[in-house]
Amino acid sequence: MDINILTVFILAIFVGIEIITKVPPTLHTPLMSGSNAISGIAIVGAIVSTKIGGHYGTWLGLASVIFATVNVVGGFMVTDRMLKMFKKK
Amino acid sequence: MNWENIFYVLASVLFIFGIKRLSHPKTARSGNIIASMGMLIAVLTTLITGASLSYELIAIGMIVGAIIGAFFAIRVEMTQMPQMVAIFNGFGGIASALVAAAEFFNPSETLELFSLSTISLSVFIGTLTFTGSFIAFGKLQGFISGKPIVFPGQQVINFLIAISIIVLAVYIVIAPHNFNYFYLLITLSAIIGITLTIPIGGADMPVVISLLNSYSGIAAASTGFVLNNNALIISGALVGASGLILTNIMCKGMNRSLANVIFGAVGLEQSSSSEGEQKQVNIKSYSTEEAAMIFDAAEKIIVVPGYGLAVAQAQHAVREVADFLSSKDKKVLYAIHPVAGRMPGHMNVLLAEANVPYDQLKDLDEVNNEFEDCDVALVLGANDVVNPAARHDSSSPIYGMPILDVDKSQTVIINKRTMNTGFAGVQNELFGYDNSIMVFGDAKDMLQQLLKDLKDL
Repeated sequence: MDINILTVFILAIFVGIEIITKVPPTLHTPLMSGSNAISGIAIVGAIVSTKIGGHYGTWLGLASVIFATVNVVGGFMVTDRMLKMFKKK
Repeated sequence: MNWENIFYVLASVLFIFGIKRLSHPKTARSGNIIASMGMLIAVLTTLITGASLSYELIAIGMIVGAIIGAFFAIRVEMTQMPQMVAIFNGFGGIASALVAAAEFFNPSETLELFSLSTISLSVFIGTLTFTGSFIAFGKLQGFISGKPIVFPGQQVINFLIAISIIVLAVYIVIAPHNFNYFYLLITLSAIIGITLTIPIGGADMPVVISLLNSYSGIAAASTGFVLNNNALIISGALVGASGLILTNIMCKGMNRSLANVIFGAVGLEQSSSSEGEQKQVNIKSYSTEEAAMIFDAAEKIIVVPGYGLAVAQAQHAVREVADFLSSKDKKVLYAIHPVAGRMPGHMNVLLAEANVPYDQLKDLDEVNNEFEDCDVALVLGANDVVNPAARHDSSSPIYGMPILDVDKSQTVIINKRTMNTGFAGVQNELFGYDNSIMVFGDAKDMLQQLLKDLKDL
């Protein structure tokens, strides 16, 4: 096991806590849908896994590409739709 | 070092900058766009370096996924946002699980202990997130009863499944060539996702969605460990942290522990309600005309919207009343309790959709000292979150829950359809206070009538 990736993981959690506690309650729903879109980063893994080949790799890869893309595209779009509505007086 | 890692780091930095800009409504929209740019960079980098023979397949998958995602994003009603986020969490979870599964079946790689453990973890959390999210979706959409579904021995069964999953994970590491263990792991993970979610009541869904949000991040991060990919690890950690923070905020808003939400089956039956009902509450019921006169004399008004307002689709009506009052040089604020909607920040989005300016939306901490010099607090479809018993009655089930101190205003006008109790099943002593006035009726009808009466004055 590579200790570096564990370091990256732990540090990223600290960064996450630091920046997310600064998001005001008003924006918690967009935060959720936006972070949801970010968790669609699984799309990167999905693209890689289509490379594995064999019928497992191909079909599991295709299915995960579809699911992750729904997550990414839908997540960012709906977040934008919500944030557009927040206006000052 | 591989050059693609530079781009993955860039993508991660853009995600962090994007979330950072969510700290203010002014910069939030650009933050979301920055984060989506990060995603574009990550995807393009992977497409170029992961050059494979199956570009057509990837293109088909992405087009299908993009159409489905865009369709949902454009069509969804703001009141349905919790369902949509729930189902998207599920998709993120299953995508991570599928990637890990594909890696498990990868014939060209001999998997080591670390990979096999992280694959098991990723498949477990991803699948649990998927089925759990679907149950949450079903409950929120009304396909499944919002009431907790419990059966005898449920906790024991959950415990046995959890133990079996751990044992299976060990077997997978020892004997990776026996696929049956792997299939069984997937099946049990799917089942525990269901059995952990069905006993949770509809009112506790904000916690569940936040928690599933966190899981989808953890699933992505563990897939990142499988693939040794920093982009997945960093993004997964960010989302995991975000979900956990929101889960914590929701639990605090209800003064409940996470364990109590998950295993408490609250909202099942109120057999203990005898005590609550015995307390006699003498209420004063006013017409909208009488209420209008009180508003006319007021200078500072705080509106307290609850989910009943959203159910009645009265967001626009309340904004019209507030606009009218503002035009008469009265100060109008909105007090938003953390659990006012069906997910964190839901009420704010519903009001923003009705063009309520965000600088009028105040959260619990900001607004609670505003009630002392407030002339009228208008409570719309909220109940437990304004019950003063939470402050002083240690026998009340909501004792200790942070509430909006509406009772400190000069007058409290409460709109409800009936005298029914809130989620906690307790009668609200506020309704019987000397400074409380009830105006019964559907929130939308009542507000429209109130606006008419205000204009007629």
